Amino acid sequence: MAQAVVFWVCAIGAVAAGLAVFRVDSMARATFALLASFVLAAVPLLLLGLSYLGILVILMMIMEMVVMAVFMIMYMMNPAGLMPMSMVHNKKGSLAISTGTFVVLAVGVLLVDWPQRQGVPPPDVTFALGEALMGSHMLVMLVIGLGLFATIVSAVVLSHPRGRYDRFGDDLRRRPPDDPIPGSVDARSLTRIFGVGR
Amino acid sequence: MNAVSQGPTWTVLLVPVLLGVLALCGAAFARVLDARADGRGISGGVLAAPLAESGRLLLQQRRAVVASDRLLARTGVVLVPVAAVLAALVVPLGDRTASDLSIGIVWFNAMEVVTWAALWMAGWGSNSVWGLLGGYRFVVQGLSYELPHMFALITVATGAGSLRVSDAVAAQESLWFVVWMPVAFVAFLLSALALSFSGPFDTATGRDIVGGVLAEYSGVDRLLLVAGRWLMLSAAAAMSVPLFLGGSGGPLLPGWLWTLVKAVAVLGLLVWVRSRTATLRMDRFAEFGWLVLIPLTLLQALVVAVVVVGMTGGM
Repeated sequence: MAQAVVFWVCAIGAVAAGLAVFRVDSMARATFALLASFVLAAVPLLLLGLSYLGILVILMMIMEMVVMAVFMIMYMMNPAGLMPMSMVHNKKGSLAISTGTFVVLAVGVLLVDWPQRQGVPPPDVTFALGEALMGSHMLVMLVIGLGLFATIVSAVVLSHPRGRYDRFGDDLRRRPPDDPIPGSVDARSLTRIFGVGR
Repeated sequence: MNAVSQGPTWTVLLVPVLLGVLALCGAAFARVLDARADGRGISGGVLAAPLAESGRLLLQQRRAVVASDRLLARTGVVLVPVAAVLAALVVPLGDRTASDLSIGIVWFNAMEVVTWAALWMAGWGSNSVWGLLGGYRFVVQGLSYELPHMFALITVATGAGSLRVSDAVAAQESLWFVVWMPVAFVAFLLSALALSFSGPFDTATGRDIVGGVLAEYSGVDRLLLVAGRWLMLSAAAAMSVPLFLGGSGGPLLPGWLWTLVKAVAVLGLLVWVRSRTATLRMDRFAEFGWLVLIPLTLLQALVVAVVVVGMTGGM
């Protein structure tokens, strides 16, 4: 009974918060409405007994959406996203896409012949998940992890206008490096960082 | 040392009370340090200053800038202390804990991170350039310490072989984690200061931006923000006891007293660092975090993982 109440409160809350994303007129409110929707969608995972995954989703979503808020506001057309603005663009197109997606998913839910449960859940789901990730799927996880990391590093390297010759000079001997934002970790700045005093 | 077990439900109510007392002690100690640094005498007035200040803020009228985002501001302001109390739910006192979650360590981390969203919302919602800058500063700084913080927590979980806080305490029966995970301990303490935006990491409320997130808040809003900062620092200090300092383990004294003694000692150390260090600019800290803290904490995690695998006979 209590589980059903929690589920329905979270389900309706998640949809309502999702709708709020497009009804509010501020980028900050839209971001945190989306965050509320994600967090409410994570609670059913806890109801399924997947405590690790549920809390992890909440943790990652909060961090992700806070960083996202910074970027979403930064890229807005009006000055820094500080003014009231509409959250909907291309209304007809996006309405068609979202209705189509909803219909496809809903039809899928109703038509798919869902399999019956076989066996029982393991006593420690977190441990089972860890074993699956670090056992049979280790290779996949490693390749994906390395691939993502390499993508991030190469994207930053390619898009960054300054290279090591800008930082360390033509002979690469300049110390400390010439950075637009100084914060260089070398012996001198380490003493500055740890310099104690008022 | 007795194994930590789940306490009765009413102990949940004890958590905010004890955390509040710990936070008041920390704030009073900070006033004492300030008074000594200023050459003033230490009187009852100095010790009672946090309480007196709380009373003053409760009576003070709350005000808001025109067109401030009330919803986000209120949510953020309330979430700061709430997150600290929720994080402290998994901290055991003696051999009893209010909630012995199977993923207590992840829970603690998730509740800490709520502070990110809360402080940003409070800064944004006040509709002031200072608050906005403070909120952004807090998030930027978070990118520098959050990974070392997570690696420190992962190191403890690796050493304990579990994400349950009571298992971490049980694993330290023979040797405290602080002895063979000193780097993780230091990283944890640094991020504790940063998460409660105090000490050298107080740029979010810096004087150079006239109080940052706190600039436009008065009355009960300001009280919640300032109290939340102290509650979070206290929660992290209390959490360092089961994670690194052997929980309630110790001779002669009863377990709950050992937990309190250790928590107060860690909090005292944190407050001392907070009062005695100059503010650290977040761009300097970013490079230190990424070039020094992350490699060191990763190395620490590697050492612990190798030791654990070696002790258990290679899985």
